[in-house]
Amino acid sequence: MAISLTERAAKRVAEFLGKRGKGVGLRLGVRTTGCSGLAYKLEYADTINPDDQLFESHGVKVIIDPKSLAYMDGTELDFAREGLNEGFKFNNPNVKDQCGCGESFNV
Amino acid sequence: MSLLQIAEPGDSTAPHEHRIAVGIDLGTTNSLVATVRNGIPVVLNDHEGHSLLPSMVRYLRDGRVQVGFPAQAQLARDPRNTVVSVKRFMGRGLKDVAHIENCPYDFVDQPGILKIRTAAGVKSPVEASAEILRVLRARAEEALIGKSGGALAGAVVTVPAYFDEAQREATRDAARLAGLNVLRLLNEPTAAAIAYGLDNAAEGIYAVYDLGGGTFDISILRLSRGVFEVMATNGDAALGGDDFDQRLFCALAERRGLSMLSPEDTRSLLTKSREAKELLTSQTEVCITARLAAGEAVELTVTQEDFWDLTRNLVAKTLAPTRKALRDAHLDVSDVKGVVMVGGATRMPHVQQAVGGLFRQTPLNNLDPDKVVALGAAIQANVLAGNRHAGEDWLLLDVIPLSLGIETMGGLVERVLPRNSTIPTARAQEFTTFRDGQTAMSIHVVQGERELVSDCRSLARFELRGIPPMAAGAARIRVTFQVDADGLLSVAAREASTGVESAVTVKPSYGLDDGQIAQMLKDSIEHAQEDVRLRALQEQRVEGERMIEATESALRDDADLLAAEELAAIRAAIEALRRLVGGDDHRQIKAQVDRLNRITEPFAGRRMDRIIKGALTGRNVAALGQ
Repeated sequence: MAISLTERAAKRVAEFLGKRGKGVGLRLGVRTTGCSGLAYKLEYADTINPDDQLFESHGVKVIIDPKSLAYMDGTELDFAREGLNEGFKFNNPNVKDQCGCGESFNV
Repeated sequence: MSLLQIAEPGDSTAPHEHRIAVGIDLGTTNSLVATVRNGIPVVLNDHEGHSLLPSMVRYLRDGRVQVGFPAQAQLARDPRNTVVSVKRFMGRGLKDVAHIENCPYDFVDQPGILKIRTAAGVKSPVEASAEILRVLRARAEEALIGKSGGALAGAVVTVPAYFDEAQREATRDAARLAGLNVLRLLNEPTAAAIAYGLDNAAEGIYAVYDLGGGTFDISILRLSRGVFEVMATNGDAALGGDDFDQRLFCALAERRGLSMLSPEDTRSLLTKSREAKELLTSQTEVCITARLAAGEAVELTVTQEDFWDLTRNLVAKTLAPTRKALRDAHLDVSDVKGVVMVGGATRMPHVQQAVGGLFRQTPLNNLDPDKVVALGAAIQANVLAGNRHAGEDWLLLDVIPLSLGIETMGGLVERVLPRNSTIPTARAQEFTTFRDGQTAMSIHVVQGERELVSDCRSLARFELRGIPPMAAGAARIRVTFQVDADGLLSVAAREASTGVESAVTVKPSYGLDDGQIAQMLKDSIEHAQEDVRLRALQEQRVEGERMIEATESALRDDADLLAAEELAAIRAAIEALRRLVGGDDHRQIKAQVDRLNRITEPFAGRRMDRIIKGALTGRNVAALGQ
């Protein structure tokens, strides 16, 4: 079971956490919502819950609850630029189909 | 596949629900767009990595429009069709704009509104500003939405604190024309305070010194527990970095004996002057070289010291309003915890020195002075778009720029809400009737700092009717002034015994521009002494008239109580008073009022006896005892 960040994603997360001035790491997760059933959660983490799973990738702590991990095992978080736009992208091997925009998905 | 941003803990929005909002600093010289991305406010750059968009719009013959750097590149060659510093023209008429003779444009003056005749037709400042906003909107949509589709939820656009209704309305129109949903217009200094206040979470009194391209604003703010209260604002709507360029340009023209310059040469030399000014921030000496259209070469070496001397009085011009704002806030420089520097012109070392000297501290400048307003606007936009948890929103308090009051007898102003009262606010004051049996009262709402109504601005008039007939001075009329968070004034009058009410709602800033506000404030200082004398005169006149009226009314009823010579003496005293009331010596009026009072004293005594007797007549002792 593992979750990872690409090197450039980790670099940006570390940079944002520094600018934000607080936070222990990055929290990933899934929620049941959206047009294809599930949606990603991508948040700063200020606290770690007892049942959270912890991973470390390029020096950044990645925190995920065990239920979400079932849907996201093997996921790699990347940071990408498309023209002037920039942001994070989930590469999740469990996804069977997703909505056009990629904000929600199905497993 | 859309690109995701990191949210605050617990703040992840459902797919497609994150509302993208931007903050826009629509500046005189440069404009910027910023947003909050991954929880951090950032300025959005164009493809070349520029964050600043020069606020320049060039209209071409074929109807095409160039905005920003392409327009700037053609500025020297096509000055008549390249609109710069358009912000100075927003909501203004020709006569309102300083140094208009140096503008190379073909102006079309319509009453109160100025337009520019360009190769692509007659354009209004609103249209030109909309072109700038359109470019920023496109940049934001590309950067924030990309290929995933959708639209901006809205924008917060900043305006100088001194902008009047017409200028704000013009800015709002420009944003609408550019297809933006305006969430709010935000005062620039307040935006800067948001950027600093929230980033540094520092509480206390702050001064925001904003010397932009064309406007100077000083604001005194109090930051406490996330609440920003504007305690006072002041400034000069026609002073900015452009004026420093102008000074250098004038020195250049004078020292090199240049006159009758073509618009192209003027524009090119102004550009050279601006470049030299920017270089003199870090260099001690700079050489200006230019070639005029006729082929003549112009060269001038300017030292930093030389430039500082040329522009020292411009810097001094910013310090007077700064001191005034402090006085208005009842604060001393020692109360100010920090000074926030905003605007590219604050990079000039002599500006930093002068401001530091006045406040006896080094000004805060750890945020880029060109970006701080846009960053604050982005933070505000993010809040207004709803991307923040409940309980974290904050209030933005503002002040009324000029005192509000009502007209009392003799054309005097009774101030109800003093200038710089923070809004929302409400205050009530009691007034009474002037004449016996007066059943209506006309309430005239005025704005200004002077003692006489004729020197203030009239905002509204309304009447309170149905006051029960009573002796003069017996009615109690409570007049309440209320200014809501949007600056809307409502005035209500209520008679205490019957509860009859009447009210009116007005926009206090209606039709008053910053020039008028500044002039009114200036007048109030210059005429303070004269006003005191005029006020005394008016008061004595009112007193004199009241005395004449009361005495004549008593004579009508009870002249038979007087001996012929007594009656003659009173009549003569009344006539003397009537003559003096028409004059302008308040001391003489007062003396005569006192005299009339003295000689009518026995008469008043006899009348009192008669009234008491009349009241007793026809009643028996038993009824009196009840």
